[in-house]
Amino acid sequence: MDFLRPTTWEEALAAKADRPEAVPIQGGTDVMVELNFDVRRPAALLDLGQVAELRAWGMVGGFCRVGAGVPYTTIIEELGGPLPGLAQASRTVGSPQIRNRGSVGGNLGAASPAGDSHPPLLAADAVVEVESRDRGVRMVPATAFYLGVKRSALEPDELIRAVHVRPATGPQYFSKVGTRNAMVIAVCSFAIALHPGERRVGTGLGSAAPTPRRAYEAEELLARELDWQAPLDPALLRRFGELCAAAAAPIDDVRGTAAYRVHAIGVMARRTLTWAWNDHLGRRAA
Amino acid sequence: MTETASTTTTAGQGVGESARRPDAVLKVTGEFAYASDLWLDGMVWGVTLRSPHPSAWIRSIDVGPALKIDGVLAVLTHEDVPGVKFFGLDRRDQPVLAIDQVRYQGEPVALVAADHPETARRAAAAIVVDYEVRAAVTDPRQATDVVRHQPVRRGDTFEAEVVVTGEYEVGMQDQAFLGPESGLAVPAEDGGVDLYIATQWLHVDRDQLAPCLGLPHDKVRLTLSGVGGAFGAREDLSMQVHACMLALRLNRPVKIVYGREESFFGHVHRHPALMRYEHGATRDGRLVYVKADILLDGGAYCSSSPAVVGNAASLGVGPYEVPNVRVDATGVYTNNPPCGAMRGFGAVQACYAYESQMDRLAEACGLSPVEIRVRNAVSQGSRLITGQLIDAPAPLAGMLRDLESMPLPEGPPATDLRALPGGVSQTTRGEAVRRGVGYGVGIKNICFSEGFDDYSTARVRAELVGGEPHVTVHTAAAEVGQGLVTLQAQIARTELGIANVTVATADTAVGSAGSSSASRQSYVTGGAVRAACEAVRKRFDGLPAREALERFGPIEETREYRHRPTYPMDPVTGQGDSHTQLALCVHRAVVDVDVELGLVKVVELAAVQDVGRVLNPQALEGQIHGGSAQGLGLALMEEIQVRDGLVLNPSFTDYLIPTILDMPPMQTKILENPDPAAPYGLRGAGEPPTLSSTPAIAAAVRAATGLRLTRVPIRPEDIALFNNGEVSDGKRT
Ligand SMILES: Cc1cc2nc3c(=O)[nH]c(=O)nc-3n(C[C@H](O)[C@H](O)[C@H](O)COP(=O)(O)OP(=O)(O)OC[C@H]3O[C@@H](n4cnc5c(N)ncnc54)[C@H](O)[C@@H]3O)c2cc1C
Repeated sequence: MDFLRPTTWEEALAAKADRPEAVPIQGGTDVMVELNFDVRRPAALLDLGQVAELRAWGMVGGFCRVGAGVPYTTIIEELGGPLPGLAQASRTVGSPQIRNRGSVGGNLGAASPAGDSHPPLLAADAVVEVESRDRGVRMVPATAFYLGVKRSALEPDELIRAVHVRPATGPQYFSKVGTRNAMVIAVCSFAIALHPGERRVGTGLGSAAPTPRRAYEAEELLARELDWQAPLDPALLRRFGELCAAAAAPIDDVRGTAAYRVHAIGVMARRTLTWAWNDHLGRRAA
Repeated sequence: MTETASTTTTAGQGVGESARRPDAVLKVTGEFAYASDLWLDGMVWGVTLRSPHPSAWIRSIDVGPALKIDGVLAVLTHEDVPGVKFFGLDRRDQPVLAIDQVRYQGEPVALVAADHPETARRAAAAIVVDYEVRAAVTDPRQATDVVRHQPVRRGDTFEAEVVVTGEYEVGMQDQAFLGPESGLAVPAEDGGVDLYIATQWLHVDRDQLAPCLGLPHDKVRLTLSGVGGAFGAREDLSMQVHACMLALRLNRPVKIVYGREESFFGHVHRHPALMRYEHGATRDGRLVYVKADILLDGGAYCSSSPAVVGNAASLGVGPYEVPNVRVDATGVYTNNPPCGAMRGFGAVQACYAYESQMDRLAEACGLSPVEIRVRNAVSQGSRLITGQLIDAPAPLAGMLRDLESMPLPEGPPATDLRALPGGVSQTTRGEAVRRGVGYGVGIKNICFSEGFDDYSTARVRAELVGGEPHVTVHTAAAEVGQGLVTLQAQIARTELGIANVTVATADTAVGSAGSSSASRQSYVTGGAVRAACEAVRKRFDGLPAREALERFGPIEETREYRHRPTYPMDPVTGQGDSHTQLALCVHRAVVDVDVELGLVKVVELAAVQDVGRVLNPQALEGQIHGGSAQGLGLALMEEIQVRDGLVLNPSFTDYLIPTILDMPPMQTKILENPDPAAPYGLRGAGEPPTLSSTPAIAAAVRAATGLRLTRVPIRPEDIALFNNGEVSDGKRT
């Protein structure tokens, strides 16, 4: 196995273009597990650890641009203000060791339906910046990024450079069901983001379908019927929960049954909207 | 492991004190050498090819493609086993390598040795096995091949004013030790072999190994290597014969270390159980009779199933006085993963069922869970359902009262997410959270039972080293993390009054110590070390140690220690004094349950345990915490999921064990009512907490949810979907 160690982004893109079969490795918290379990035997590893810019974040054009290699720990410590949903999700990832190494770029690269960063990225309309040496940059909305179980819109010669997320203008929540109280892969998860300026609510479902997805009908319901000045109408809240649950298309597996996942998505949808709404009203009152 | 103590006084280091573990710092800093760290120049790597099918004929095995791979040194099948082709703890029914058929997924079929583990793995994958898959027996209720059926019969009144019945199920728990199976076999010049191995019982390994290798016992020498947890999973052989076969064939050292996934296939698990109970009582809650059917799935091979069945039968109604009993415990063969020893050994499954029944009975009689148990509790002078007299203290009623009077934690619930069900995953901020409290009681036999000749051997040598008195303790007892090395040194210090003690590495150069299981090593090896020390001290002739050693030179004594004999259970009535010692632990669990999502936070566990005599307070507390955590795992998350004979979750991604955020703080009260028959009056302590924490937690979840919850581990959907009206009886569909 070859071990490629580019030190700049350009070198990394060149390496990937020359060796499209090379598997990028950032934190390695997915890649190393796959190697250990003999899930794959790549001909080459493309280590992105030397490309310093990938571990930086900054504000670009009104967006928070988070380098693909920024570890969860940094997101929790530094981005809880602008990206509360992603920070909450980061807090639930694995253990301190995993959060020190694991990255959103790696989560996107793996494109597991259970990846915890996906629901908040969907709810907040994130855009993934991907790039290849030969075709340059593509800005792929999160909604178009996930194509199937562990399949994404990333082309073989492309690398993920960053995600772009607008800083929150309203409350955001992330909620994840697992069978133990820490260090657990999601049985299913849910993210919500209020966009008060646009009178719109974003959603994201995790581990509830072959890909992370939004609950469009539930979002449309709120866009149509939510009164942004008033307390939440319990009937609307219930319908929101039902439509989020209806958006799920889960399977039975060792982590849980499809029926439970549908149920839990509905519960989390109602609870997170309630919390967000309380914050929203509290914020308006303040 | 070798301990060299450098203290010059015995202060703080003798029996009854929290003597410092010699491996403590090494383990915390990651420097401790486990068996997986074994290394010898020139060693090669062994890998095992395993069956992908739970049941199949083997039409042919073509090792040719593997042999062609560069770096491959040998590929062996059953034809290459030098001696007897079968092994087993109780019955020699398990082939060293599959012969013409496989009976469970993961059964070893062939071995490869290569100069690199990766090469060996690739070569194993290149072996072509032609299987003819056949129907697998995977439902123990359909199984016809019985390992053991043990009835217990007492009295003939099976009518009562209050009757409660219930069916219960326990899933397949794994020991989930962290150090995978590992060993290094080194061929010796005399044609024999030296095996460095992580095991629980060196001598019984050798008893099985030597015949398979076609060697006399003295040519098969075992040395204990660093053991990363055991909990019963290292009682059976795993790679011992395989590594030695390869080493002898190649005349080179061979190392085998399982990966995590392979480990799940490389050892036995706790028997899953299906149980049906009927309890009859008077209106005021006094037990009249208990009927119980306990069905244990032993999987493909015998392992220690017969003894597990014996425990399930003799302890099947718990520590309660029951005049009329009809218990039937049955272990069967299936094509599921083999099951055998795990902490609690047959007493765990029954405990969950009989304690669930006691709660139902309490409800039916309008009594509190504590009151129903107190009214029926055994005490010194009671008889077990086997007729055996409990002749040592057994103050269960008082233990329950103590437990009940411990302060309850505050709540519910805090605002810190970590204190709520779901933790930082933020599934609730208090919505739908209900608190429940539950109690559990367990009784466990200590040491081997049913007439087994259960002994340990210790060699103790006192001498002057650099003018200072020094003691070496040598046994074959396996330190599996429980702290036995520390305890042996404590005993030597106390008995001989000599501070400098070395505990030699355990090996087969000294007589058997028996197994590090059944909570027995403090008792039996502790007893042997004490007896050997006493023999040495006698030879001091009343002189202080230094003077005696100056005058007489080095003094060495070897002693065997046996506990009181036990007797078989009558095959028809189950009657007999089958146990030598019994231990009690009681738990109270406080839980917060998110009843809408089915997520549970155990808020607190409280335990009272009678240990006879505390030998090392810190180690003891560790055992109680650890045992309670393992019981928590069984109650809420730990299960090897098997469908049609196939294991679905052989990884720590999906076989979940409790983390530090799942295990709550504990209150413990430790009682010391000595057992006059045991060394120092001690009572084995490692297993009892594993029994009672599971039913206590299940009872607490029932109290919070109002559901019957007849199966452990309790899964979120068992709670959530029931409340949602999608499941009708609180059981899993
Ligand atoms: C013990 C443990 C617990 C875990 N718990 C969780 C959890 O709770 N929630 C969760 O979501 N995940 C969890 N994971 C999975 C993993 O930590 C996450 O998916 C993490 O985000 C991966 O990031 P990484 O930087 O380590 O990725 P890597 O392992 O380095 O890479 C992951 C994938 O992304 C690709 N990749 C990485 N960087 C790029 C790039 N710049 N461009 C293109 N492709 C790229 C890699 O080729 C690979 O396919 C856990 C893993 C472990 C081992």
